[in-house]
Amino acid sequence: MPNTHPCKLVVIVTEAAIEDELAADVMRLGAHGYTTMDVRGQGSHGPRSGLWGADRSIRMEILCDATTSLAITTHVEKAYFKNFAMVLFVADVGVLRPDKFVHHG
Amino acid sequence: MDAIPLFFLLGFLARLARSDLKIPAQLYEALSIYLLLAIGLKGGMELAQQDALRVLPQAVSVMALGVLIPLLAFPVLFKLGRLDRFNAASIAGHYGSVSVVTFAVGVNFLVARGQDYEAYMPLFLVLLEMPGIAVGILLARLGGDFRSIRWGTLAHEIFLGKSMVLLGGGLLVGWIAGPQGLEPLDPFFFTLFKGVLCLFLLEMGLVAASQVPALRTSGLFLALFAVIMPVVSALLGAALGALIGLSAGGALLLATLAASASYIAAPAAMRIAIPEANPGLSITAALVITFPFNILIGIPLYDRIVGLIYGS
Repeated sequence: MPNTHPCKLVVIVTEAAIEDELAADVMRLGAHGYTTMDVRGQGSHGPRSGLWGADRSIRMEILCDATTSLAITTHVEKAYFKNFAMVLFVADVGVLRPDKFVHHG
Repeated sequence: MDAIPLFFLLGFLARLARSDLKIPAQLYEALSIYLLLAIGLKGGMELAQQDALRVLPQAVSVMALGVLIPLLAFPVLFKLGRLDRFNAASIAGHYGSVSVVTFAVGVNFLVARGQDYEAYMPLFLVLLEMPGIAVGILLARLGGDFRSIRWGTLAHEIFLGKSMVLLGGGLLVGWIAGPQGLEPLDPFFFTLFKGVLCLFLLEMGLVAASQVPALRTSGLFLALFAVIMPVVSALLGAALGALIGLSAGGALLLATLAASASYIAAPAAMRIAIPEANPGLSITAALVITFPFNILIGIPLYDRIVGLIYGS
């Protein structure tokens, strides 16, 4: 009997330049929190080595319910896809203590 | 030969040769904090001994230079280079703003041969950082939608960005504390400065070389611009230096500041203010071409220009 509850994991990999804006957006759209990491890698915008300011990338993870996940992905697609290096995906995961991440009522 | 530019070459060649040499991001952050603070403190200390009435008109005309340079660069990029408005404005803004490390190399050039300069020059460095970025943003939005600019976010980015806080803050601390107050800090901030600058240039070499592949897509026009624009700006800076009564050393530093292009403060601000612009273009121009050009060839060349103007 699994003790986990279904939840959405929204993952955004993008430029560090927009970290503050993105964090504000995510919280405004109903997330209860987020976790951000410094990362490096390569994609359609070429290698992003993370060596210095303008070349830094972040990975932001948000655990939330399906409604919030939809609100975040819709907004982020509209606001950032055109001009910023960005990867966005959503996964179904299982969490403990779902009250931490999911809205009720 | 002065060793400092050689460290840039070392980093540059090491990266091109795919060495595993890497400066950890945290050390890079720490080094840049140190450099910005040390430069600010030094300028503030000297500012404490200056007559404000003498410095103020100089400061105003230096800021005007910061406005003029992007206004000159923009039509060249937009009309001649056929870049779109956003990229032209963003690149113009990068060239209007300044590079702290280029300035530090310029100071080192003077110190190495014992030439005097107005030691409060870091004040001009602080004053030149912002106008170019602001003009670049305005140019991008000209005739378009000014409401889409988030002025609050942007002002915060420009005035409270780390380089402004550390440079401006250092300037204030140095000004308030004065030479006596800073004396205990001397070994750390001033004696060690050159060594730290070497490490920083090593890192800049690594970073610049890592951006070299972008050269292939940026085109010949931008490469030419990145060499010619600094020389034009340096001429303006040197002439202004003479006009406002700076010493030959001061004029060289003003020429160097005018010639330099920002690759720390401007990219961060432009990414938010002009997201339509391709950051690859401006960074390639400012960091891969203009920065090495200035520290290896530019500064000695501007020294010649200043020599001609000052008749020495």
